[in-house]
This record gives sequence, structure tokens and C-alpha cells, in this order.
Amino acid sequence: MLGRTANSIFWMFRYLERAENTARLLEAGSRMALTRGPDAANEEWRSVITTLGERQAYEACHSEYSGTSVCNFVLREKENPQNVLGMIEAARSNARSARTSITAEVWESVNEAWMTLRSALQRPVREAILGPVLTAIRREATHVRGATYGSMLRNEIYHFSRCGTYLERADNTARILDVKYYLLLPSLAYVGSSLDTGQWDTVLRSLSAERAYRWLNAGHMDPRGIAEFLILDHRFPRSLAFCYDALRGNLAALAELHGDRGECHALMRDADRALSEATIQSIFDGGLHEFLVGFIAGNQGIANAIASDYRFID
Amino acid sequence: MSITPDPKFDEMRQADGSIRPAYRDYVTWLDEQDQSLMRRKNGEAESFFRRTGITFNVYGDEDGEERLIPFDMVPRIITGSEWRRLSRGIEQRVRALNAFMHDLYHRQEIIRSGRVPQRLFSNNVAWLPEMVGFTPPGGVYTHIVGIDLVRTGPNDFMVLEDNARTPSGVSYMLENRETMMAMFPELFSRIPVQPVSDYPARLAKSLAACAPAKTTGKPVVAVLTPGIYNSAYFEHAFLADQMGAELVEGGDLRVVDGRVQMRTTAGYQPIDVLYRRVDDEFLDPLTFNPTSMLGVPGIMDVYRSGGITIANAPGTGIADDKAIYSFMPEIVEFYTGEKPLLPNVPTWRCAEADSLAYVLDNLAELVVKEVHGSGGYGMLIGPTSSKKEIAAFRDKLVAKPDNYIAQPTLALSTVPIFTQAGLAPRHVDLRPFVLVSPDRVDITPGGLTRVALKKGSLVVNSSQGGGTKDSWVLDD
Repeated sequence: MLGRTANSIFWMFRYLERAENTARLLEAGSRMALTRGPDAANEEWRSVITTLGERQAYEACHSEYSGTSVCNFVLREKENPQNVLGMIEAARSNARSARTSITAEVWESVNEAWMTLRSALQRPVREAILGPVLTAIRREATHVRGATYGSMLRNEIYHFSRCGTYLERADNTARILDVKYYLLLPSLAYVGSSLDTGQWDTVLRSLSAERAYRWLNAGHMDPRGIAEFLILDHRFPRSLAFCYDALRGNLAALAELHGDRGECHALMRDADRALSEATIQSIFDGGLHEFLVGFIAGNQGIANAIASDYRFID
Repeated sequence: MSITPDPKFDEMRQADGSIRPAYRDYVTWLDEQDQSLMRRKNGEAESFFRRTGITFNVYGDEDGEERLIPFDMVPRIITGSEWRRLSRGIEQRVRALNAFMHDLYHRQEIIRSGRVPQRLFSNNVAWLPEMVGFTPPGGVYTHIVGIDLVRTGPNDFMVLEDNARTPSGVSYMLENRETMMAMFPELFSRIPVQPVSDYPARLAKSLAACAPAKTTGKPVVAVLTPGIYNSAYFEHAFLADQMGAELVEGGDLRVVDGRVQMRTTAGYQPIDVLYRRVDDEFLDPLTFNPTSMLGVPGIMDVYRSGGITIANAPGTGIADDKAIYSFMPEIVEFYTGEKPLLPNVPTWRCAEADSLAYVLDNLAELVVKEVHGSGGYGMLIGPTSSKKEIAAFRDKLVAKPDNYIAQPTLALSTVPIFTQAGLAPRHVDLRPFVLVSPDRVDITPGGLTRVALKKGSLVVNSSQGGGTKDSWVLDD
């Protein structure tokens, strides 16, 4: 397959994953804002923007943090170069570039996602329809994933798509955990209060992890346990450990197809070792923030190595 | 030379209202259908196309919006015997075109014989000096040709244009049939229609048969596209997908070890046959337009050393020239030794003084076209133009008569389209697709029927509000 096409496939799935995770973050923020007073709600929306790393861009065109303005900024405003509609457009245009490498089902699902969301985000989103819009984003992304899983040949193309998905997901989980945890630190003194429980609930909800975590822990919210779950639990599909299990498998499949291992495989092996040797104790001893920053950089390194090993660009 | 337009010829109904043989079975079926259901089906077709992404981009459109070419669900039907006659004429014409190309770039016998004047190509940008003395692999110049036909009577098909550069629209031929089969499966079990779906396989085979000398093993075919913003990108992707060929862009290719190679995830790999959908001008920045980012630097050197087949061959665009077109009857006779089976539309060359005088006297009745124009742009349709438009066009014509040809306003045949008020006749043309390989000329039964959706309009171009129909050749 062409290196350029591999690049398009990789980014198509990164953008879809990113759009979906951004929608999740807004859903969690929105729920949080509804269950608390207006001041705390604005604080919550600020934290959403911080998590996305978009404070500067946001504050350049908005003077206050409110649900509608944050959501519209994140979802559709052109002043935000990382808006969700732009991600969907980028996913679709990458799919269009790689049209001959995906099945008609995958193409149609991503094309439909674009048509649906473009019309849903054509005008500013009112509070009343925010919920359905966010659901639609998640649903459309899920639809593409399902079509991919159900119709694509398990060849190189499929493995590049999965690499894109899991690298992006690992990055998103690490970022959410990093920012949220950091923001919550001052309130660690309130451990056990309802306020605190609510905030941890948001972290979990941002990653669609609240049900799984509650089920595993009989409803007990423990900051350390949550971090352990999101980083090290191999069963949870958005945890770092899970993402790297999947990434490792797809990279191994690529190595087998090419009969050759590249720099990305070496980096993967190192990252794998670091993750498998880590315990939640060792992570906290070294500093959670330091761990996550290191992880994000390593993740980026693997992505770059994939791009150069497989000739994504000239 | 003067043409009296025939009375309008409708392909479905005779003047007395009775149904012509080609449409009998279809009309019988149609009469049994619930009309409100048919109206709903008509709407379904559009959403089907949008979902599958069959769109085209219109150049010069502000927001670069992707448009649909409207699809009409009433098929255009041709009988088997009509088609056999047509395809003989098409094959003759395409063989002549190919021989003409070879001659133009070698001995130029036709010019020496005085049948075609030197001036037609000596100043023609479509004629490439780089091709002189070179014979493409297998001697094939025009691998894929689209012949635009119009009809004015039961046995009167005429060639309106030859598209020997990069004819487009074949994906619509295929998707229109798929859409019809999805919407009306029972129609196809009742009426025997010759299939078109094997076109991509025929194309792949035909291209592979033209592989260059340096090919080792099974020929590697790739489709070269300018990219996703090109108006025909959907078609490029579609054909590559259907042929199982790589869809490449200029940036994927480079010359390595005397071959054109594509950058794959496992390194550079040679391409044997390049079905390019990029114009000559942009093909090789080292030979042609130096600013082109769409082509491959050095591809022409590889081509001339037998390292790659370029389809269609560079320099074939000269056959699309409407001044050359006007000589096609002579060209066909010169190379085949036979009278043309398919006539041209009568054409006045404005470069010739007598013709120009006639054209200027009769502008209000004629269609005047630019010699190098395409897509229905830059033309005058006398009968539907205002006095002011005609006067403005007259000035352009007088200033540069060489640049124009004129044709009578033909009474193009009509085929009904489905409207909210029922069936209504609209003018159509037909573009069959022809594949040429060293040992055969292969014509897929059918083609692309373009239809002017506006009542009375003669302009069928999709860029100007035309639509398409599924085109059937009956298996009778």
C-alpha cells in the first residue's frame, strides 16, 4: 500500500477517536455543570477548556466560561483550530484520499457521519439540543468503528487504522487524567465529601469509565484506585495498558507482514516494559504528572516512528 | 450546405403516440407501477448518491461544494440491433483515430496527401513535439475513448465529439446501473439488458495488455489523480478501487532506476501502466509546465525509454480539437479505406472565408463552439440566445475566426424523464466508452446518457445543469 494512503488511514482514525473523546469530555462537563451551582459550573467549563489545551485560543475570543459558549467553541467555532466539526471533516477528507483502501461500508459510514454532524453543527448549538448532538458524535464514531471492524480485511490497512485509534486514545486518556488530577489536587483534603466524589465521577465519565469502575469497586471512589484503573487495568478499553496491548498487537502484525521491524517496534518494546513494570505505587512515588507527561511524549515518539518507518511522507 | 432540422424524434414514442419496440417491455412494466411509489423512489435515488459520495466538484464554485449530478430513473433504451450497427461505426472511428495519431507523430502522410491542412496542428498546443518519432507500447495512443453521439431519427446517429484525452463519466455509467438494479430489481429479471458491470475488469485487462517492454511479471497498473479536490476524484477512486489498482498522486511517484516508482509502506515499487487522469501539461514538470505539482519529474524520459505506458498517450488531446473533428470523415476514409459508418454533425470551419460568411449570416440558427473548448463553456446556441448575446459573440467570432466552428442546431432526440407531473420528453446524448489494446477494440454495451433537465434545453453538460440516465442495450 502507498505510504500516503497509510498516513491518511492513520489520521482518519486518529481524528475520529479525538472527536469522540472530545464529545465525551463535553458530556461529562455538562453533567457536572448541571449537578452543581452556576459558579462551580463555570469552573467546570474552564476545566474542560484546560483539558483540551485550548485556554489561550478560547480566551482570545471569549471573556467568560459558560456552557453554551464553551460547547460551541469546542464543537464548531472557526476561531478554534481544533473544533470537532473540523476533526470530522479531516477524518472524512482523509477517508476520501484513502477511498480505495477502505470498504464501501466504512466510506459510507464516515461520509454519513460528516453529513449528519455538518448539518447538526451548521448553526450554534443551543443548550436544549446539546445532549443529542454529543450523542450523535459518539454514535457516528461508533458506527465507523463498527463498519471497520465488521467489513475490513485484516491486512496492513486495518493495522494502520487500529494504530491510529489506540495511539490517539492513549494520548487522550493520559491528557484527561493529567489535567483533571492536577486540578483536583487542592481538593484532596476533601476526600470523602460529596463534592469530591462528584469531581472524580467526572474524570470517569469523561472516559466512559464510571460504570465499569463503580461495578469493580462497589461504588467506592478512591483517587488512587481511579488512576490505577485508567492507567494499568488491562480490561478497560480506554486504559493506557489496554491501548498499548492493542497497539503492540497491531505493530507486531505490521512487522510480520513486512518481515522487518522498525524504530517504532523498538520504542514500543521500551514503552511496554515501562508500563508493565509500573505499579500505582511506583507511579505516585515518581509523581503522576511526571509519569503522564513522559507517557504522552513516548506515545508521540511511537507515532512519529510509525510515520517514518512506513514512509507516510516523502 | 444547409440543414433543415428534422421534426423532433422521441425515442420512446412515435408521432402517433404508440411505443417504439425498444421501450415496449419497459412501458408495460411502468404502467403496472403505483405512481406515488415511483415519485418516492425518485427522491430515494438522490439520498443514495449522497450517501455513497458520488459527487463532483464544480470549478469556480465559491465554497467548493460537492454537487450531485441529478439522476433520472427512466432508462434510455437501445435495441441490440441498433447497438450492433452503432458499435461497428464506433470501432471504425476509434481505429482511424489511433492510426491518425500514429501518422501525425510519424510520417504525416495525411498532410502530405493534402486531406488535412498543416495549420491545424502546427500551432496547436495539444500537439506535442515530444511525441514525434516515438511509438507508445503496443502502438496504442487512445486507450480509453468516449465518443459523444447524438440522434436525430430512427437510424440517424451522429458523432458530436471525440473524447480522446481523458474521457470522464464512466463511473456514472456503472453507478447508474447499480442504482437502477437496487431500486427496481424486478425490471432486470423481466427485461434482458446487457451488463456493463464488467467495465473495470475490461479496463484492467486492456491496460495490462498495453504494458511496456520493461515489465517483469504481472503488469502493475496505477491510476494517477490530481487529488481529492479534482472534480472527477470520485471517478478516479472508483475506477482504481474496482480495478484493484493503486490510486496515486504525483507526490507518491518518483523516477528510480529508470522506472516510475510509487512510495509504498515497504519502499519504492515500479509501475508498468499509468492510467493518468492528469492533463498532458501537468504530467512532467521537466518537460511541460515546470510549476506542476501533479505530475512526475522525468516521467517522459522513462516513457520514451520504454519504462512505462501512459494511458492515454500524451499528445492525443489533439483529437479532441473541434477543428480536427471537422475533418474526421476524411480521416476515417484515409486510414480505413472505407466510408465512415457514423457521420459527423455537419460543421462549418470559421477559419474558411466562405464558411465564416455563412455562419455570420445565420448566427441566430447555429451553434458556435470554440475549437479547444469543452464542458459546454464558451459556446453560442443561436436559437436560445438574445440579440445582444449574438451581437457580442459575433465580435469575438470576427476577431478570431480560426478559434470557432459552427454546427446546425440539431433536433436532438428526446427520452422521457420522470417529473412530478409525470413523464416529459427531454433532449439526450450518449457517450459510449471504448477500450483499445494492441489486439482489440472493446466497447461496453451502453454508455453514459446525459440529459438536459430543463424543458427544451439542448445543453446536457453536468456542469450546466444536465443529468444522467441509465443506458440500456437490450440483449435481443
